[in-house]
Amino acid sequence: MHELSIAMSIVELAEEEAERRGVQINAVHLKLGVLSGVVKEALLSCYEMACEGSPLQGSRLVVKDVAIVIFCPNCRAQRPLTSMQMFCCPECGTPTSEIVHGKELEVVALEIEECMPNPV
Amino acid sequence: MHAEPRLIEVRKNVLKQNDVVARSLRDRFRAAGVFVVSLVSSPGSGKTAFLEKILTLLRSNYRVAALVGDLATENDALRLARSKAPVRQITTGTLCHLEAAMVQNALEEEEWDINRLDFLFIENVGNLVCPSSYDLGEDLRIVLISVTEGEDKPLKYPTIFNSADVAVVTKIDLAAAVEFSWETAYKNIQSVRPGMQVFKLSAKTGEGMEEQLNFLGARLSQLRQSAVV
Repeated sequence: MHELSIAMSIVELAEEEAERRGVQINAVHLKLGVLSGVVKEALLSCYEMACEGSPLQGSRLVVKDVAIVIFCPNCRAQRPLTSMQMFCCPECGTPTSEIVHGKELEVVALEIEECMPNPV
Repeated sequence: MHAEPRLIEVRKNVLKQNDVVARSLRDRFRAAGVFVVSLVSSPGSGKTAFLEKILTLLRSNYRVAALVGDLATENDALRLARSKAPVRQITTGTLCHLEAAMVQNALEEEEWDINRLDFLFIENVGNLVCPSSYDLGEDLRIVLISVTEGEDKPLKYPTIFNSADVAVVTKIDLAAAVEFSWETAYKNIQSVRPGMQVFKLSAKTGEGMEEQLNFLGARLSQLRQSAVV
């Protein structure tokens, strides 16, 4: 269970970004790879806890799952992996451990509310 | 004041802070010419027994030291002290994994001169999930599974096998007693991580330890040669 420390890093990172841009954050969009070692459900419940008492309190965490994509050295192409238990090309069956996608743990976007002064 | 919601794009790796520390550790290790090996496994797979044995054996030809992560006790450090190699415990409390900053702090507190080391071992907390996300600046990550855990461990934890460089099957002296099939285990490892090098050994009987010693020795020479070029 390391999801709480991951959630705290996300909040910290978003807070910095919010402060730098002078904005209020409504939601944080995260790309989460199947091979990131982080469990989505646990992360979502930890996120709420991590936000408590911070400027992000009440914000949402929007998680986009990223499936595993491997590079097949035989087809010379990227292919989606069909089973996490079988690292081989779904087209030709060549075994490969070259992972192109699936390890992501990345904040990709912030939903913000921009505070703008009233027109004079 | 009026508010206008919109989406702004950012691209930030959540573990960036850890990665930055890990990179600076790796640079330091490179400059010092020390080969750094980390060990990951589930609790009870024999990381400490393996480490005690390998430290004892390596010590006759190399300068070695070890950092050991443990949740609450100092038992592992006490066991490893028998190898007579310098050992430092990192007590993680309730944290289920080591992070690069913990390695950095431990090295600073211990004031080891890493320039005078050949091998530094880092034993992670017993856990097959959480340590996979954290780079510790190591050159080699070994995942250990014991024969008593069954052959399907790799299929259950493909993530850790994909974050490690080589696999070691431990307690091979018990293989017959628990009807462990080396072929099945090997096949399962290759299935989740094609091409992964797999060793089998017993820290208790010493079987397979020499192969492991030779392997680590060769990796150290490789590191030193690439540093010269």
